[in-house]
Amino acid sequence: MSKRKQNLVGYLFALPWFIGFSVFLAYPLVASIYFSFCDYSVLKKPVFIGLDNYRELFADEVFWITVKNTAIYAAISLPAGMVMALGLAMLLNAKVPGTTFFRTVFFLPSLVPMVSLAVLWLWILNGEHGVLNEVLRMVGIRGPNWLGDPAWSKPALVVLGVWGVGNAVLIYLAGLQDVPASLVEAAELDGASPWQKTRHVTIPMISPVILFNLITGIIGTLQVFTVPYVMFPGGSPARSTYFYAMYLFDNAFLYNKMGYASAMGWIMFLAIFALTMLSLKLTEKHVHYGGGGTA
Amino acid sequence: MKRRNLLAVFGIEVVLIAMSVLFLFPLLWLVSTALKPIEETMRVPPVWIPSKLMWTNFADAMTYGADKLGYIPFLVYARNTLILCVLVVAGTVASNTLVAYSFARLKWKGRDAMFAATLATMMVPFPVLMVPTFALFRHLEWIGTFRPLWVPAWFGSAFSIFLLRQFFRTIPFELSEAAKIDGASEWRVFRDVVLPLCKPAIAVVALFSFMGTWNDFLGPLIYLLDQKTFTLALGLQFYQSQHGGTQWNLLMAASTIVVAPVIVLFFFTQRLFIQGIALTGLK
Repeated sequence: MSKRKQNLVGYLFALPWFIGFSVFLAYPLVASIYFSFCDYSVLKKPVFIGLDNYRELFADEVFWITVKNTAIYAAISLPAGMVMALGLAMLLNAKVPGTTFFRTVFFLPSLVPMVSLAVLWLWILNGEHGVLNEVLRMVGIRGPNWLGDPAWSKPALVVLGVWGVGNAVLIYLAGLQDVPASLVEAAELDGASPWQKTRHVTIPMISPVILFNLITGIIGTLQVFTVPYVMFPGGSPARSTYFYAMYLFDNAFLYNKMGYASAMGWIMFLAIFALTMLSLKLTEKHVHYGGGGTA
Repeated sequence: MKRRNLLAVFGIEVVLIAMSVLFLFPLLWLVSTALKPIEETMRVPPVWIPSKLMWTNFADAMTYGADKLGYIPFLVYARNTLILCVLVVAGTVASNTLVAYSFARLKWKGRDAMFAATLATMMVPFPVLMVPTFALFRHLEWIGTFRPLWVPAWFGSAFSIFLLRQFFRTIPFELSEAAKIDGASEWRVFRDVVLPLCKPAIAVVALFSFMGTWNDFLGPLIYLLDQKTFTLALGLQFYQSQHGGTQWNLLMAASTIVVAPVIVLFFFTQRLFIQGIALTGLK
């Protein structure tokens, strides 16, 4: 087959993606930069206004509230989720009886559609009749007003997030199962304690998987939308659950400030990009891409 | 086995059982509430096993508000969701197998650069694309129809392309060569040699896209206007905001209807599912 024909066949097979990539990714990405410099309501043609949207954003009190809320939520829920997921995966990897059953149990919650999840937890955390507080009362703890107290609304969302770590557990477990048994045995022969084995053999061996989960975790957490949107209309109580993506959505579809929303989108993108680069940089010395090249 | 090891196994077992109880508790409460008569939903201390199982709650949840104006049966949401799922899964499988085949097994100019660009787009958050995409569909007069929710699926997605490509590369290239020597065209090699060997990977991609569509909330929230066209996820949210805080048993019954198919599907495809998710963590 000639080179030209080879190229042509390749392009033909990839054709759907050339269209999809240009129309649904490249075009919106470029257009949203332009819109972010425009006064744009969708109803009328965009009008170029330079950096006004960005200037307005940085002076916008609500913008900063949502940035702060999102940052706090990410700072609690990311570590909580990662520790829980890694911990569960390590317990599962100990290969005690019933592992398959436990694995299924931990995974089930992450299958629950976001809206059902939100509706279910509205009921569990309900102030007057919530079963969680009833259970806490049985052991003598007076549960907080999870949904109505601004100090407890974010922790409530963290609890929900930790309940849904099943996906990450499976990814860690796959990583753990790739750690060569010979390495662990060698450490044992050298007299390493379980903690030392974990700290100096297991964790370094699965560090690429940890990094992967960290980065996907950052990307997901900064975009948190559906659960708070359903559970806390308008970011109640006292805007304590008004997150970045919710304000962006409201600007676009409630206030028709599409240019403003695009500027917010780009700031989010840059933040995700910067945080990803930062995680790569900071973990550079600690992430080991050794072994069979699976990770 | 040493005695210390036995103790360790016992300890781990106890922790795993305790964690399982915590993880199962919300789902059990969901089903328990869904099957309760209304007067038992708010009793103190909580009633775990209903005095009688109210299977009629499910029927009531589906026809809730039938006496009101503009009533939409819950089953309409289910039908809409299924239509969308079929269209999206079909499109995802049709387009991504072709594209991934091209990236994995054909040589063409610019291929590796295009693949790198494809991977990079996985980092782009949806909110960045949201406004221009909405404007585009508005220009096409597709707002209020299902089209914005399924047409893009027919033009590939970075995640599915990546997953399938990884798998396609593991099929020995000698098989393709042999078929070509026998005079098979590239299309025949794709359809008759590679695709049949990649059924598990295709099933994984189909499964993920089904779940993604079933669970999607933001898409329908943006593009669907008329209640008659709502999906289950959007319908449930609508239901909650309209009638939430009153008949929790019916709301939980409706919620169970949304959750149950996904869980059933998972139990039938468990191995595929777990392999697929494990695969996403490995680059």
